[in-house]
This record gives sequence, structure tokens and C-alpha cells, in this order.
Amino acid sequence: MTRRQIHLAAHFPGVNNTTVWTDPSAGSQIDFSSFEYFARTAERGFFDYLFLAEGLRLREHRGQLHDLDVAGRPNTLAILTALAAVTEHIGLVGTLNTTFNEPFELARQLGTLDILSNGRAGWNAVTSSDAFHGANFRRGGYLDHADRYVRASEFAALSKALWSSWRDDAIVADAETGAFLREDAIARVRHESRLFDVDAVFDVPRSPQGRPVIVQAGDSPDGRDFATAHADVIFSLHTEFADAQQFYRDVKGRLAAHGRDEDSLKILPAATFVLGDTADEARERSREIALAQVRPQTAITYLEQIWNRDLSGYDPEGPLPDVEPDTGVETAQGFAGRHAAIRARVGQLREQAAAENLSIRELVIRLTAKHTFVGTPEHVASEIDRYVQERATDGFTVVGHVTPHGLDEFADRVVPLLQERGSYRRSYDDGATLHDLLGLPPVLAPAAR
Amino acid sequence: MPDRIHLAVALDGAGWHPAAWRESTARPTELTTPAYWRDLARTADGAGLVLATIEDALSLGGRSSEPDAETRRDRARGRLDAVLLASFLAPVTRRLGLVPTATTAHPEPFHLATGLQTLDHASRGRAGVRLVAGSTPQERANFGRRTEGPTGIPASGRVEDDPALLAAFREAGEVADVLRRLADSWEDDAIVRDLETGKFLDRDRVHNVAFEGEFFSITGASIVPRSPQGQPLITALAHQTIPYRFAAEHADLVFVTPADAAAVGGIRNELADAADEVRTLDEPLRVFADLLILVEDTRREAEAVWNRLQDRAPLTTDARVVVGTADDVVDEIRALAEAGVDGIRLRPARLPADLEAIADRVVPRAAAAGILLPDDGAPTLRERVGLPRLASRYARQEVGA
Ligand SMILES: Cc1cc2nc3c(=O)[nH]c(=O)nc-3n(C[C@H](O)[C@H](O)[C@H](O)COP(=O)(O)O)c2cc1C
Repeated sequence: MTRRQIHLAAHFPGVNNTTVWTDPSAGSQIDFSSFEYFARTAERGFFDYLFLAEGLRLREHRGQLHDLDVAGRPNTLAILTALAAVTEHIGLVGTLNTTFNEPFELARQLGTLDILSNGRAGWNAVTSSDAFHGANFRRGGYLDHADRYVRASEFAALSKALWSSWRDDAIVADAETGAFLREDAIARVRHESRLFDVDAVFDVPRSPQGRPVIVQAGDSPDGRDFATAHADVIFSLHTEFADAQQFYRDVKGRLAAHGRDEDSLKILPAATFVLGDTADEARERSREIALAQVRPQTAITYLEQIWNRDLSGYDPEGPLPDVEPDTGVETAQGFAGRHAAIRARVGQLREQAAAENLSIRELVIRLTAKHTFVGTPEHVASEIDRYVQERATDGFTVVGHVTPHGLDEFADRVVPLLQERGSYRRSYDDGATLHDLLGLPPVLAPAAR
Repeated sequence: MPDRIHLAVALDGAGWHPAAWRESTARPTELTTPAYWRDLARTADGAGLVLATIEDALSLGGRSSEPDAETRRDRARGRLDAVLLASFLAPVTRRLGLVPTATTAHPEPFHLATGLQTLDHASRGRAGVRLVAGSTPQERANFGRRTEGPTGIPASGRVEDDPALLAAFREAGEVADVLRRLADSWEDDAIVRDLETGKFLDRDRVHNVAFEGEFFSITGASIVPRSPQGQPLITALAHQTIPYRFAAEHADLVFVTPADAAAVGGIRNELADAADEVRTLDEPLRVFADLLILVEDTRREAEAVWNRLQDRAPLTTDARVVVGTADDVVDEIRALAEAGVDGIRLRPARLPADLEAIADRVVPRAAAAGILLPDDGAPTLRERVGLPRLASRYARQEVGA
């Protein structure tokens, strides 16, 4: 019996408190050399793809720029396309918003990336539609929250139509007759709805991959519906084993309704890791890293985002604030948007802190700096393998905590063990597209018209 | 002895002649492949050219307003996004300035700004952009969110006779303005990584741009920290009064199309007058003349190729055309240099053939003739074309305070 194969994505460290810029080895988050180094490491570790998150406005806390975490990142498409020139095999996946882009342009840009990378492009389609981000765009925060997945679905369908509008053999370039394009080479794509009015002739040929891989990262029922209808990969936060298995079953169970089989959608939750030569050493390192991720000031700031009020008078090493959260105007802007949900469970947080005797800082460590896999390389490899073999996930989106060296240890120490188990590739196939790397069904060529 | 000048190249598909793809030297099935563009860029880079522009449009028919532009089958078709193509070329070139074309009517200015800043980071200071105002009806139908816009050049040929074109230039001006503001929004030393205070950022050195224009508004700072050049180079192509004024107000470098060397003086004067009125940048506006070229070993051969191309698809062009030997091209370059331009942008009639001729014959001969500025090793495109690195406007305010 062949083992289920593990799929890994490499998340370039982002702009939240889990990226430890205070580490002596932390490098630039913006120089091209950092991205090049990270991409080469991921390729050395035979990852399926490199992954970038997106934030379209600098985060603000209580009316001022948030200054405690790494800030500043490149334009997603431009950096991935530059990386296409210095890598050979690895997929290049970027998070790109469906609200603050237009289908013709984004499909054209992703088509460009897909062609220049020889079929290695991917798109994590997210839907953020808040007015804070909208203030940087022509359209502003115009989109009603309820419409964001309506727009995302139509956006994805329209993009797919554009990507398949060219026949594979569209270009004949017959110098004798002067026919550059074949008759019926390109189909016109029309989409008229409440949200779009597009009558387009696409100008980018079909890529070697057919179209970019589509990733989805939302957790609401609408988000899951979008994923089962359109996505090839889900980037989730469900990493606790039983919960991951439940999420896996739920999402995969919805596929049949769309005429899809289980293997056509991969689930790759975010995972952090800390290694040590012994279990104790790994636990100690995990503790040190958590303390670096949640410094006292970070703990207070994080809690202020939940409580939505000034908590600077509280001791980070002391008990939770005795005041109630403020439900008025939001103090934090541009953060991942999960604080409102956490706020709803302030009661639970209080209970948890009381039961476990947690200070503010320890609570925030529990909320943001809990590492998924902690142990020896053998332990981490066997855990990752167990999740995949027992269908809790199809693999993981691995997030390091230091830029750009955060993946080195994983590539050097965990990957060889996964290979020994027979659950992970030992080489890339020449010319493999990202669809191929992920073991996804190939995208069918448009029928000759 | 003329002042020494720079040479640049304008890259587009199979070359600037519409029949170029039918020549035996062409690679017509590769026009959208990575290998083709890597080869072109490396040739231009190796030749020591100061910059390469890359054409773009948001329509299969290019920038043509002809109703059949998207459906005719006899032209080389298929295009890649120019900003991304330039990003791809950044790591495979060393010295070449990368100047993609961007239309200002459709893309989000914020995305364009961060894309160019990222190109500047990835190329380590070699990014520029050529801004194009307005859009064609085909581009608008593809994009689908605006129906109003210019329908073509008015019968008079003058921009000022079409309110929609005038509006397009005002919008392009706003785009240029926010490109610069966003590039300035992080001061050079905004990232402090201060272990004592726990602050990664000095928030007083990052500035929201708070731009409110006629066409759009942008509130925040860029998401991209300041790039090696500070501001990527802004360029434009201009043939007449309104575009000259646009360039004088907003550009670092302008491409112009003198009919011959004698026309250079007039154009320079008109640009200088416009600059007196509207320019607020401290640096001078650099002026490059465009020249469309087709090069063979003998003039006879060149003319034979040209006639074959013209028979197949007549070229109509805004730029002066030189069909002949490398020496003929060098003579034209010398004449334009003597007339007072800062550089020449060569538009190869055929790619890759005429780019190879530029690298193998035109550049060495022009260099031997002492017309070319030697490469002084300046690391950024701005410095290479003799322009200073602009300080962030926000930093300047503080000094004055
Ligand atoms: C693991 C994960 C990563 C995400 N990363 C981003 C991101 O980088 N940029 C972004 O704008 N939104 C991001 N999101 C937000 C979602 O994509 C989505 O827009 C948001 O969660 C709302 O959708 P939902 O209500 O379906 O969860 C992420 C969400 C998850 C679960």
C-alpha cells in the first residue's frame, strides 16, 4: 500500500507578532535577497509552493500605526514574478483580494505569472471588504459585507472563463499566409450581473498549467461553500487533531455536490514548529520563542484589541483587566479581523485565565504563540505524517518565526525524515506544474470551438 | 564634439513593425514566453543600454481604437502584464533600467505604486514606469467598470479638443502624484528595530498620504518600505502641447519624437516653457528622442527588408525612421545628440534582429565615435541618467520645521 503523500507550503513570515524581528538572526523583510533565500530553501526542501499573505494597509492601533511588529511587505504579484526568475520548480502562491481588484486585470496578472513561471502560479482568493482597507482604493469600502463572497464567486468564475478563453493551439504564426491567430482562437467572455459588466477578449495565452491553482482561506459557511465550488486548496487554522479531522470531513463531504472527488481539494492548515535534540530542549526553545513573540507590550496591545480600550495601566504579568470590553468604535484596524469574534468570548477567556491561573501575557501566549509541533525532528515528522495518513489534513502550510531563515531547520532536519517514511517526494519532476505537485486533477483544455 | 548621451531601447512583441513577426529571424510563437523575454533583456543589459521600456495595453488590440483591433488575425497578438514582466526580468539583468508601461485609467493606483516599489526593490534600484493616459473603448469593455472615456484622437489631432482626453491627462497626473507620495510615505530610516523600546517602526517616519483628487482618493501610507531609488523613475511619451505639459509637471524623463534633428530645439523650448509654468520637481527633465530603426549590413539590404515589411503591413509611426546600416543609425544618433537631447530610445523594427544589431554594431560604433556616456558604475537608474535620489517630501518638511 502506498502512503498518502504529504503536501507542504512554505509561508514567508508575515507582519504579526509571531514573526520575531528581535531575533539576532532576523533579516530584512523587504530586500529581494530575503525572498530569494527563502524560496531557495523551500525548493531545497521540495515544498509544493511558497505562500505570501497580503495586507493592503498598514495596521493601526488606537489611531496610530502599529509599531511593535514587522511592518512593510512587497506587492504580492511583483515579488512572486521576480521569484519565478530565480526558482525552477516551486509553486508561487499569493494572497490577492477579490474586492479591491478587477477580474480582467487580475486574471491577466496571474496569467502572466503562470506563463513566466512555466505553470507554477497560485492565487489565494480572499474577500476582505472593510472600509479601512477600501480607503486606499478607487472603489473605497463600497462592498456590502454580505456581497463579498458573491463577488468572490463571480470573480473566480469569470477568471476561469478568461484563462480558458484561448485555445492551446491559438497561435499559428503562419508567415506565408499572414495568419497569426487561428480562426476561433479566442472566445469572447461576457459576464453581466449586479456586480460586474464585462465584455472581454483576453490577451494572455493559456498557460502550461491551464490556469493558476486557487487557494481559499476563509472559515465561514460562505467561505467553505466558495472553497468547495472553486478552490483547489484550503488554508485553514484547524490544526488540533480531532478538530482538523472534523473540518476535513466536513469540507471533503461537500465536494460530491459539486461533482468533485476528495483528491481535487487539498487542506493545508497553518502549522508552526519548534525543534530540539530532545523533547525537553524543544519545549524550552518553544517557551523562549513564545516569550519573544509576546513581549509585555505586545500582550497589552493584543488585549487592547479584544477589550477595545486603553489597558496601558494593567500589568502584563498580572491578572486580566477587571473592566468590561468596549463595544463602540473599533480601536484596531487592519488586523486579521478575528478580535471581534474573540471579544464575544471574553467570558470564556476570563474562565480560562482563572482556571489555569494565567497572567495577561500567558493568556496571549496561549492565543497567539502556541506552537503546533514541538519536539525532536523525529517526533515532528511522525506527527505530520500521522495527520496526513489519518486524514486530518493533506499536509501543512509551514510558518517559520524568523525572516528569512525560518525554514532552514525544517528543510534540513524534518524533510529527510518525511522522505524516509515514504510520504514525501525526493525530487521534483521536470516541468511539473503546481497542479502536478499538489496531485490535483489536470485542468482540461477548452474544447475546440 | 556633441554632449555624450545615453541609449535606450523600446521593447514590444516581435518589434515595432506590424509585419515583423513574419520575418525568418522572428520568434513569433514565443512572444509571451519567459525564454524570449529573458533573451531580449539580457541582450539589452549586456549592450550597456541605460533602460528598456516594455509596452503594454489592457486589450488584445493594443492601444488601437479601431473597432476590429481585437478580432483581426494578421497581427502578432498576446501580451503579458508589463510591470510583472519587468519584475521577472529584474533578477536576470544587472544594469538595465526596467521601465514598463502602465495605463492610468484602470489599474488601482495603490497597486501600481506598490508594484513599482517592489520592482525597485527586486532590481535594486532600476525601476521606472511609462505612464499612458486614457483608455480605448476595448480596454473599457474588458475592464467593465467605466463606460466613459476617450474614443480616439479627435479629428484635429489635438488633445485639448477632446474633453475626455483632457480628463484622462488630469487623471494620469493624479496617478503620477500618488506614485510619488506613496514612494515618499516611508522615510528612508523608518524601520528602527529598537530592542530597548520594542519598536520595529518609528511611526513618526511613516506618513499617510491622505490624497483627495478629482478621480480617486487614497488614505494610507504604502505597504512597501522605501525602495533603493526612493522614487522609481516616472517617464512619459509626448508629441504635443498637453502631453508636454503633463511630462513637464510629472515626469523625470520624457520620450519625444522629433521629425529630425532640427526639430529638437523647438521641442526642448516648448518643454522648458511648460516646465517654467508647472514643474515643482527640483531636478531637470531628461529628454530622450525616439528613433525607429531597421539595421542590415548594407543600405540596399535594409531597404529590401523594409519594402517587404511595408508590402505586408504598412507601418504608420510617430517617430523618425532610419532604415540602413549601423553607421546610418550612428549618424542619426550623433545629429540628435548635437541637437541637444539627453538620450535616444531606439525602437527596433524587428525583434530580436534589430536589438542584436544595436548590441553588436550600433553601440560599439557609437561608443567608438565618442557619442555615448560611459558607464560610470552608478548603481541606480536615477543616478545613471544623471538625476538625484529624491528625499522623501515628509523628511524635508521636518527639516524645515
Ligand atoms: C489562515 C487564514 C489566512 C488568511 N490570510 C489572509 C491574508 O493574508 N490577507 C487577507 O486579506 N485575508 C486573509 N484571511 C482572511 C480570509 O481570507 C477571509 O477574507 C476572511 O477570513 C473572511 O472570510 P470568512 O468569513 O469566510 O472567514 C485569512 C484567513 C485565514 C483563515
